[in-house]
Amino acid sequence: MSLRYIGVVYRKELTDSLRDRRTVISMIVVPLLVMPLLTIGMGILSVTLVGQALKEIPKVMILGGEDSPRVVAELEQVKDLQVVPAKADYAEEISDKRVRAAVEIPPGFEARLAAGDPATVKIYMYEGELKSGFGAERLQRFFRELRDRTIRERLQARALPDSLVRPFEIDEKNVAPPEKVGGEILGGMVPYFVILLCLTGAMYPAMDLTAGEKERGTIETILCSPISRTHLVLGKFLMVLTASIATAVLSIASMAFSFGVGKKMLLGALHGAADSALKITVTGKAVVSIFVVVLPLAVFFSAALLALSLFAKSFKEAQSYISPLMIVVVLPAVAALLPGVELNPALAMVPVLNTSLVSKEIITGTYHWGLIALIFLSSSVYAAAAIAIAVKLFQREDVLFRT
Amino acid sequence: MIEARHLVKRFHDRKRGSVCAVDGVSFACRPGEIYGLLGANGAGKTTLLRVLATILAPTEGVAIVAGFDVTKDPQMVRSRVGFLSTATALYGRLSAQEMVEYFGRLHGLDEAALRQRIDELFTRLDMNEFRDRRCDRLSSGMKQKVSIARTLVHDPSVMIFDEPTSGLDVMAARAIVAFIRECRDSGKTVVFSTHVMSEAEKLCDRIGIIHDGRLLAEGALAELRARFAIQDLEDLFVKVIQS
Repeated sequence: MSLRYIGVVYRKELTDSLRDRRTVISMIVVPLLVMPLLTIGMGILSVTLVGQALKEIPKVMILGGEDSPRVVAELEQVKDLQVVPAKADYAEEISDKRVRAAVEIPPGFEARLAAGDPATVKIYMYEGELKSGFGAERLQRFFRELRDRTIRERLQARALPDSLVRPFEIDEKNVAPPEKVGGEILGGMVPYFVILLCLTGAMYPAMDLTAGEKERGTIETILCSPISRTHLVLGKFLMVLTASIATAVLSIASMAFSFGVGKKMLLGALHGAADSALKITVTGKAVVSIFVVVLPLAVFFSAALLALSLFAKSFKEAQSYISPLMIVVVLPAVAALLPGVELNPALAMVPVLNTSLVSKEIITGTYHWGLIALIFLSSSVYAAAAIAIAVKLFQREDVLFRT
Repeated sequence: MIEARHLVKRFHDRKRGSVCAVDGVSFACRPGEIYGLLGANGAGKTTLLRVLATILAPTEGVAIVAGFDVTKDPQMVRSRVGFLSTATALYGRLSAQEMVEYFGRLHGLDEAALRQRIDELFTRLDMNEFRDRRCDRLSSGMKQKVSIARTLVHDPSVMIFDEPTSGLDVMAARAIVAFIRECRDSGKTVVFSTHVMSEAEKLCDRIGIIHDGRLLAEGALAELRARFAIQDLEDLFVKVIQS
């Protein structure tokens, strides 16, 4: 093993690749542009959308209630509700988002309340639709208050204390404001993009250094130089790894930067009203930890891509091998975004998914050191296997000279 | 010096099964001699030359090139061989000088010796004008010169040319022919393959006619003419491969 010759190959491939526009774009331009656009853009978008939904005064319909004028009048007085004339096709109106929610007041509602008879108020809403939910919530709040008032009046009429129906209070505090939703999505998205960029950063150089050499006819030139094929493949591998790591480092750096900037911008945009806007702060520790767990994955990607594209006769063929690989990588990376998928020792063995999951944890400030070590170890084993395969393939004539 | 004894190279092809591209070829080429392998496309010339250049390993047989066994010491062989074919392309994004430098370094030349060697080669081949130009922006004649400089950077004692003139225009082909002669005159062992009769006639000290992986006839042109009593090389070639 001679480091000198590996170095000669590496330096040449680095010079060569840095003159290739495609490599430079995927290695430098994409991480520097995609990350800020993604984090800042997505953040702004989600916060603005939620903010807008909160600001909008939902339109609601009152169905029935002709014989309960007091309740209807009170409802019409509610500030953050806009009552529109009732229509028979209220369900359709809600579905079409012309109206956010509707409330059906049963006949003789006020009379029944006075008489102490049971009654049911129905609220119609579009489940899962944010703005409809807000409308329904406000209607509910109104009727809950009305109910509480009625109870109090009845208790007072019988000279009973309030605590009879309210033996204790439940104080529920929401720690996740709607804005947090945006932050949580980002927290899951970031490792996913770092992993993906790690792969795409390695993709072009891997194809260029193998299938590209075959296509351009330089493979025979290099094979008739006295360098051993092991040195040759290791030099190439180091170049692909450099591209992959450069992409990952640049994307992590630009991610940290855009979180900083994005947070300030969002806070400014919300006039400090929601200082919990982006609860996520990316610490230096998180950045370094993500880099450490992603490193063996970058080695694995680089070697695997090198081996895979060496099989191909041309750039085009290499692309057709690697495109499906993209999906294979994206799936486990996305799986980590699913709710309920949590890191455990078994999942720590699944390549890509483990890194995605652990990065998600790290970014939200959770460090399971045992699992992190396990993931680093298992990824390293996969990486070593991939390098061994790439080196083996470079010794095979039928792969180098596939026709 | 090149000495091949009963070289066999078999490939496994998915459609045709086992294919014998080189089938028991033996020949020798001495320093200061040009040995021409004459054969049609697919006769096994390229495979044979690739085996001699250690790019492919022989299935059977022995080849000693520049004193080393191609199977046992392929790296020693490669450091003494200059291999040039139309398939050995240049790295388009490297400059002419970087290209030659890279191969000099791969041959283990130290930086001082490399600089001296490159200056010498670039002056001799009249390449200083496009020294820093990227290879993909060179004319085919210039590319040819870079390839020649690449094969000569380590001063090999054995030169192997695989169809060196195919696809070249007249002037570029003439330059290559002149270069092959020059190699012989400086005492190198030269093997080259071609399917062009006139080229073989002009250049070769000895000719081997190869067909279907087998060396069917071998000798100096005059010997072959006398043996088959045919003057025209093309007629002779056809006679040999049909018998």
